[in-house]
Amino acid sequence: MISQETIRHIAKLARLEVTDAEANEFAAQLSAVFDHFQEIAQLDTAGVEPMITPSEIALYLRSDQVERQETVEDLLENAPEKSGHLFKVPPVV
Amino acid sequence: MDLTEATLAEIRDAVRAKRVKAVEVVAHFQRRIETLDNQLNSFITVNPRAMEEATQIDAILASGRDPGPLAGVPIAVKDLLCTKNLATTAASNILRGFVPPYSATVVKRLQAAGAVILGKTNLDEFGMGSSNENSAFGVCRNPWALDHVPGGSSGGTAAAVAARLAPAGIGTDTGGSIRQPASFCGLVGIKPTYGRVSRFGIVSYASSLDQAGPMARTAQDCAILLETIAGHDDWDATASMRPVPSWSTDTIPSPKGMRIGVLQEALSEKIDQDTSTVLNTAISTLRQLGAEITEVSIPKLRHAVSIYYLLATSEASSNLARYDGVRYGYRSRKQTSDLESFYAATRSEGFGTEVKRRIMMGTYALSSGYYDAFYLKASQVRRQLRDEYMAAFAQCDVILSPVTTSPAFKIGARISDPLEMYLNDIFTTSANLAGLPAIAVPGGFAESGLPIGLQFTANHFDEHNLFRVATALEQALPLVKKVPHVI
Repeated sequence: MISQETIRHIAKLARLEVTDAEANEFAAQLSAVFDHFQEIAQLDTAGVEPMITPSEIALYLRSDQVERQETVEDLLENAPEKSGHLFKVPPVV
Repeated sequence: MDLTEATLAEIRDAVRAKRVKAVEVVAHFQRRIETLDNQLNSFITVNPRAMEEATQIDAILASGRDPGPLAGVPIAVKDLLCTKNLATTAASNILRGFVPPYSATVVKRLQAAGAVILGKTNLDEFGMGSSNENSAFGVCRNPWALDHVPGGSSGGTAAAVAARLAPAGIGTDTGGSIRQPASFCGLVGIKPTYGRVSRFGIVSYASSLDQAGPMARTAQDCAILLETIAGHDDWDATASMRPVPSWSTDTIPSPKGMRIGVLQEALSEKIDQDTSTVLNTAISTLRQLGAEITEVSIPKLRHAVSIYYLLATSEASSNLARYDGVRYGYRSRKQTSDLESFYAATRSEGFGTEVKRRIMMGTYALSSGYYDAFYLKASQVRRQLRDEYMAAFAQCDVILSPVTTSPAFKIGARISDPLEMYLNDIFTTSANLAGLPAIAVPGGFAESGLPIGLQFTANHFDEHNLFRVATALEQALPLVKKVPHVI
């Protein structure tokens, strides 16, 4: 059973705010979901190497050449706030 | 020429032979979107420059040059792929107003082949969902029955292509998001082998599972699109260096001699009667066509949903950490006293409920004290699942199963119970976990008139076997030429 307190801790780690109602709902839903996921606990996986990606890891080298893809102006275009060539955040200190 | 019912291949041939102009094709589908999409809500953004791009294709043709193998073909692109100078939302408020400074490799390749991006289609936010109900831009509807879901997460592309608002489209598939909506809307949809298609410029959900792929009304149209978008890309280190075959011209439309393994686990799951009938019809049809029908078993399949949701949400919680309200996207206007509450305010206002739920699930699975029991354990079972598939492919060329246990469900029917919604993905998630290519093809119809698809899964990079069996089945099945109700 996942408590509302655990939900608040997880929310803090995930940089999310949860209201009391959400904490209550998530606690119930995550409890049900993780109860189900718990089924894999009984499987024997001793000595099995974890599979992190299905790709054939064939590393290759490309030539070390500088290419200009985007301009600073283009990349700053989507910033909610900017100052010159910098992203601006609200004063937080 | 009947552009509405024309396939991608027919439109391409007609444009290249100058029997129809690219601008006429684009105008035709733009008119259809304008008149019909208010019933479906399949597009989030219509490309305002589509006519301009079509004009350029016509100009290239008029000057005697070759505009490419997809000349003048309008394509519906899931709004999870970045399109330069065209809004890309991932169906999330956190990306509302985001205009990418670059295009996804898939989009660049489509445009380089002469295709015209018709618009960006609706989806479950960030690809997280199986019903298209989790969209900040509203639910998308199934053209076969407007009170039913089109499936998800590529629900918008599926609905648009099924309703003939575009001849074909692009979706992405992390745990079934191309195949399940293709099945719910009566289309062909292929999730390629992991690494076959570059992920560059596709908004990440779970990087070890995500793949983009085509959705269309015929297997050949899917083959044409896949050979256009596939292949190595310097911008994605996981994109394979393997050469891309010419599936659209080299496919033998006969399953004679192919070994088709019927997934035994599919027969023991609770499958509804109509789906079971469709599956059995396909088996007898393929046997008549000369395929060798065998039985295969993937015992770990019954754990696929658990492994999938543990791994996908873990990867998502990390991938979605980038949405911080600083560099792009939505920013909260709430007064905050420190940087952490600034991030939390932005993220809580910007993400929808299902996205928050999955970030919470992934953060929990990765958190101290639970990592070994959940993330690590699931990664180990993932390898065991993959090994079972490898053993099965020693006995057969493709594995046949349903796509889902039942056809499309009603809007609202499963939204309040996340676990029930997740369990729906039993047959689709394992292909992503093992990195295998899998295709959904129309198999028949339910009593209710809703389409039912079938799924074939092949070994890594064996897409040719999928196109072969899909093409054969398409030609052989006595499917009535039914069209969705909105047309």
